[in-house]
Amino acid sequence: MAKKKENLKELTALLRRMWLIRAFEEKVSALYAERQIVGLLHLGIGQEAVAVGACSQLRADDYVYGGHRSHGHAIAKGADINRLMAEIAGRASGYCSGKGGSMHIVATEAGFITATGVVGGTIPLALGAAFAAKERKKRQVAVVFFGDGAGQAGPFHESLNIASLWRLPVIFICENNGYAEFTPLSAHTKVARLAQHAKTYAIPASTVDGNDLLAVRDAMQKAVAKCRAGKGPIFVECLTHRMRGHYEGDPAKYRELSQLAQWKAKDPIARLARALKNKKVMNDKGFATIEREARELVDKAAEYALASPWPDPDAVDTQVTS
Amino acid sequence: MRELAYYEAKFEALEEIMAADQRVHLINGTFLSLSPHRHVFQTLKSKYGERMISPPISELGFCGLATGAAMAGLRPIVDLSTGSFIFEAWPQVANEAANAYSMSGGQTRVPVVFHLFHGLRGGGAAQHSGSPQAMLWNCPGLEIALPSSPRDVKGLLKTAVATDNPTIFVDHTRLLDTRGEVPEDDKAIPFGVADVKRKGGDVTLIATSYTVQVGLQAAAQLAKESIDVEVIDPRTLVPFDLAAILTSIEKTHRVVIADETHQSCGVAAEIAARIAETGFDKLKTRIRRVSTLDVPVPYSPPLEAHIGPSEARIMDAVRAAVA
Repeated sequence: MAKKKENLKELTALLRRMWLIRAFEEKVSALYAERQIVGLLHLGIGQEAVAVGACSQLRADDYVYGGHRSHGHAIAKGADINRLMAEIAGRASGYCSGKGGSMHIVATEAGFITATGVVGGTIPLALGAAFAAKERKKRQVAVVFFGDGAGQAGPFHESLNIASLWRLPVIFICENNGYAEFTPLSAHTKVARLAQHAKTYAIPASTVDGNDLLAVRDAMQKAVAKCRAGKGPIFVECLTHRMRGHYEGDPAKYRELSQLAQWKAKDPIARLARALKNKKVMNDKGFATIEREARELVDKAAEYALASPWPDPDAVDTQVTS
Repeated sequence: MRELAYYEAKFEALEEIMAADQRVHLINGTFLSLSPHRHVFQTLKSKYGERMISPPISELGFCGLATGAAMAGLRPIVDLSTGSFIFEAWPQVANEAANAYSMSGGQTRVPVVFHLFHGLRGGGAAQHSGSPQAMLWNCPGLEIALPSSPRDVKGLLKTAVATDNPTIFVDHTRLLDTRGEVPEDDKAIPFGVADVKRKGGDVTLIATSYTVQVGLQAAAQLAKESIDVEVIDPRTLVPFDLAAILTSIEKTHRVVIADETHQSCGVAAEIAARIAETGFDKLKTRIRRVSTLDVPVPYSPPLEAHIGPSEARIMDAVRAAVA
C-alpha cells in the first residue's frame, strides 16, 4: 500500500471498477456453463488490478490494445458492459455486431482499439497508434496488454526494438501470470522476468506486484508521465495469476492446488478492500454495497445481451471491404 | 498524349499523393526495387523525407506498425519490395489488417497499402520470385490491385491510398521500363473496372500484371496467323469485374487465362471457376489456363523461362482454343 495520502473517492472508484470486471467475468462464466454463451472464452479473474490500475492513468483519447484475455482491459478503459456482454453472446447489438466475440473485442468509442486472438498480435498495432500519436503531437500514448507467452513470439521482439529505436510513446504492459496457455513459463523460456527483454532493447522497465492495484497504478503514473513527455517507450511487468484455466472448460490440472491457494490469498480485490478497511475508510457494509451494485449492473447487461436479436445471416457479407 | 515509362508514372503518383495528403507515409524501400531508376526517389526524399521511413528488417513489426497507424488515422504505404517477404508479415496482414473491419463490426478502418514486387525477375529463385496475390485473394477484407501499364499504375496507386480498405498493391519489376500514354490530368482509376487492352473477336485472353504485356505480344504474333485476340486486364482482383469478362466471352466464346501465380488455387483457377459458374453456356470450348507451373521457382535461366506464362505458351493455348 502506498504511503501517500490516498483519495478515498479515487480508491472507491477503482474498487468498483475491479468489482465490475470480476462480476462481469463470473457472469460470463455462469452463462457459459448454462450454454447461454458459446464460443472460446478466456477469463482474467484474479488479474483485475492490472487492467484497472493501468487504465486509471489514461486519458479517454489514449489507445489501448489487448489480447485474447481482455474483457477486463475493455471495461477498465470504459467500454459499455451491455454491448460487451452482447458481443460475447454473439448478438447484433454487440460492439462488433457479433462478428468478433470474446477474443476480438473492439470498443473504439472508449479508446479500446482492439484485442486479438493471436498471442502478441496487437503489439505491433500499438506501435502504429503510437506512431500516429507522435505525428499528431497531442501527447496521446498507446498501451498494449499481453501475457508472458507473448514474450517468446516474434512480434514482441520486433516491436520492442522498433519502439525503442523510434522512441514511440507506447507502454508495454506484460501480465506475467506464470502460464503460457497450459504450461508454466519455465517450460517456455529461461528468462523468468520479461522486463529483462525490455532492458536488452534499451527500454526502461520495472516489475511490480500485479495484484496490488496501487503498485500498478503508481508504476503506470510514472510510465505515462514519461511517455507523454516524449521520452519513449516504457515496459511494466505485472506479476499476477489467473484464477481460472487458460480457457473456460480447461480443467487446469497442470496447476498445483497449493499454488492456487497462495494466489487466492493475494486476490487483488480483497487486498484493496483490506487496505481500505485497515485505514478505516470503508467498512464491510460499504464493500458489500459495491459488490452488490456491480452484480446488479452485470445482471442487467446479461439481460440486455440475451434479449438482443441474433445478427442477420443475410448481412454477413457487409463490412468486409467498404 | 504524353508518354511515360512505368517507373516515371509510378513515381509521379507517389509525388502527387505525398503532396496531397499529410497522412501518407512511405515505409521501407524505394518502391522501384533494385532498378537503375531508383535514384528518382532522392527528389521525393528532399521534399518529404520526414514522411519516408526506413525501418529495420522487421517485416512483421513494420507491417503491424503500418496497420496500427492506419487504424489510428494515418494512410501508410508500406513497401515489402520482394513479394515473398510478405510471408514474414503474414500474421499482421492476413490475420489483423484483413479481418479488422469485419471483426470490429465496422468500427475499424485500415487504410494501409502493402506494396510488393511479385513474379519471375531473372534469377530470383524460389524465395525472391513469389506471387502471393493468389493466397491473399483467399483473405476476405483485402483489396488487391495489379497494374500492367504506366497509366494504370498511376491511377490505381491513387485509389489504393484513397480507399479505406487494406490494399495489396502488386507490382512487377519487368514492367518498370514499359512505356505508355499517361494523360497530364490523369485521375484515379476506380477499383473493380477491367480494361480491354486490345480489342479482338476470336479469343478472350484474360491476363494480369506483367503477363498483360506478354499477352499483348502474343496477340500481335497471333494476328499474323489471323487469330484476333481480345486482351482483358482485370486490374484489380478484389473487387473483380466479372461482368466485363462475360461481355467479352459473349462475343468470342473462347477464353484463355494467363497469369504468373502458381496453377493450383492460383489467380487463373479462381477466374476460371467464376467463368465456369456464370458463363459456361457462352463457351464453345473448355477454359485454358497458362499459369506458372506448380514448382518452387528455379534459379537457372532456362528453367525459370520454362515454368512461367511465356509468349509461346500463351500462343499455344490460344491456338488450341480456336482449333
